Amino acid sequence: MDYFLELFLSGLTRGSIYALIALGYTMVYGIIQLINFAHGEIYMIGAFVALVVSGVLTIYGFSGVSILILAALIAIIYSAAYGYTLEKIAYRPLRGAPRLSPLISAIGMSLFLQNYVLLAQTADFLPFPELVPEFEFMEPIAHIMGSAELIILITSAITMIGLTLLIKYTRIGKAMRATQQDMVMARLTGINVDRVISVTFIIGSVLAAIAGVLVGSYIGQINYFIGFMAGVKAFTAAVLGGIGNIPGAALGGLVLGLAEAMAAGYISSAYEDVFAFGVLVLILILRPSGLLGKAVKQKV
Amino acid sequence: MAENTQKLLEVRELTMDFGGLRAVDSITLEVCTGEIVALIGPNGAGKTTFFNCVTGIYKPTRGEILVHPPEQKTYKINGFKPNRVTAMGLARTFQNIRLFQNMTVLENVMIGRHCRTTTNILGAILRGKNTNRQERETIERSYELLEKVGLVHFADEFAKNLPYGAQRRLEIARAMATDPFLLLLDEPAAGMNPQETKDLDELIVRIKDTENISILLIEHDMKLVMNISERIYVMEYGKKIAHGSPQEIRSNPKVIEAYLGEGGDDA
Repeated sequence: MDYFLELFLSGLTRGSIYALIALGYTMVYGIIQLINFAHGEIYMIGAFVALVVSGVLTIYGFSGVSILILAALIAIIYSAAYGYTLEKIAYRPLRGAPRLSPLISAIGMSLFLQNYVLLAQTADFLPFPELVPEFEFMEPIAHIMGSAELIILITSAITMIGLTLLIKYTRIGKAMRATQQDMVMARLTGINVDRVISVTFIIGSVLAAIAGVLVGSYIGQINYFIGFMAGVKAFTAAVLGGIGNIPGAALGGLVLGLAEAMAAGYISSAYEDVFAFGVLVLILILRPSGLLGKAVKQKV
Repeated sequence: MAENTQKLLEVRELTMDFGGLRAVDSITLEVCTGEIVALIGPNGAGKTTFFNCVTGIYKPTRGEILVHPPEQKTYKINGFKPNRVTAMGLARTFQNIRLFQNMTVLENVMIGRHCRTTTNILGAILRGKNTNRQERETIERSYELLEKVGLVHFADEFAKNLPYGAQRRLEIARAMATDPFLLLLDEPAAGMNPQETKDLDELIVRIKDTENISILLIEHDMKLVMNISERIYVMEYGKKIAHGSPQEIRSNPKVIEAYLGEGGDDA
């Protein structure tokens, strides 16, 4: 039973990281029908910024939790700036172009950012400091769940609830929903659609940066290529839940994380990806529009 | 025109080409304060294209669109983005209803207030005093507008669940929420039954009288057009073929020909 619980919790942990990244994919897709392939790179940059900042802060003698918070804040600001700029230079000029053009631009940006970090940093894995201290109250259940996992679960839960409230109740949230439903009409009701799109990219990048920091300190090492796999998994999670659907992305992430953890625990960790993508194939056969996605009716 | 009227919208020689097709051919049109002006013409005459040019969806090939917001200087709005045109004080509705279907009736109207409020994302997260006050005002004003179009009892219903006539009125309420001085209505009576058309007729006149909003409307329902409009412009194949009061238009041979076809009086 303990073994199952351990797997379950590690699945949830992974899943919530996937969910955080998947939300960025799904929000952008919902508004401009673009798969932002460079999103994984934003997450990777978030992790790198946190690594650099925590290194500097350690030299200046800061301690555990304060480093985590400061590093996360700076990583968030940095990634948000990247996300904003990315949209501005790589996607905005292609608004109105055929759908394939921004997609290729996205792949280009992804390669560019990867190689930029490769040149600026190194190709090797860099050790990431353990920013989350071992909490004493966690000791009795330490064999099932570590402190880092607890922090990941709590942070992602708070972030997702915050996002839901933001979208449901605030002025910008309403503008985002309106833009998603009918961009032309949103413009005509006076919404600055370009700004709404920028804000969407910023929010997505903030979530990705949070995921990057959390993962870095959970796994303990990062390199320039981590964004690729995380991006693919998160994209899978977004499709699994129904792309464009926000609760769907969260659910998809959790399902994917659990499937992976169970496969790794009961069969072999070599097969975890097989199971992850197997689940995707299965769900797409049974529900082509994803778990919570609505079927798009084509008019004939 | 009376002495105290002022031009609000002034379109000069507006032309819109789509490749080789001239959809709108040097149309000149004016709307003044306190007026209801109608734009009529057979299907495909270019009326909606004209609206799309004025509201910034299309960038016109030639011509000038000038707006004179009350107590402000004149702006030439050719090529402005739709959100800027709306912020300037021109609001419109569509021929086919374009509500935000998956939002509530109240939210639809609140969206219209977007360009008149300023809360940014930080304000939304921190929930300052200013944010709360603005949010409250937005909700109050939205309820007020729903009351005016008679939809308060539907406030929390999803827009897609509303009956057809009510959806039309909601579209008008949403457009009014942007605080326009000119409302452009594209076939507001399309698909309505006679009773709904009559209600709409009253609503439009009431908006003009009590809200101080002038109106430019495209409409096929001649009874409605003749009833409420002060001046009528008639378009055919992109060109303006007539302009005048309802009485003048009714007896204009060119208009009769456009509607009934050549030799209409022989029939």
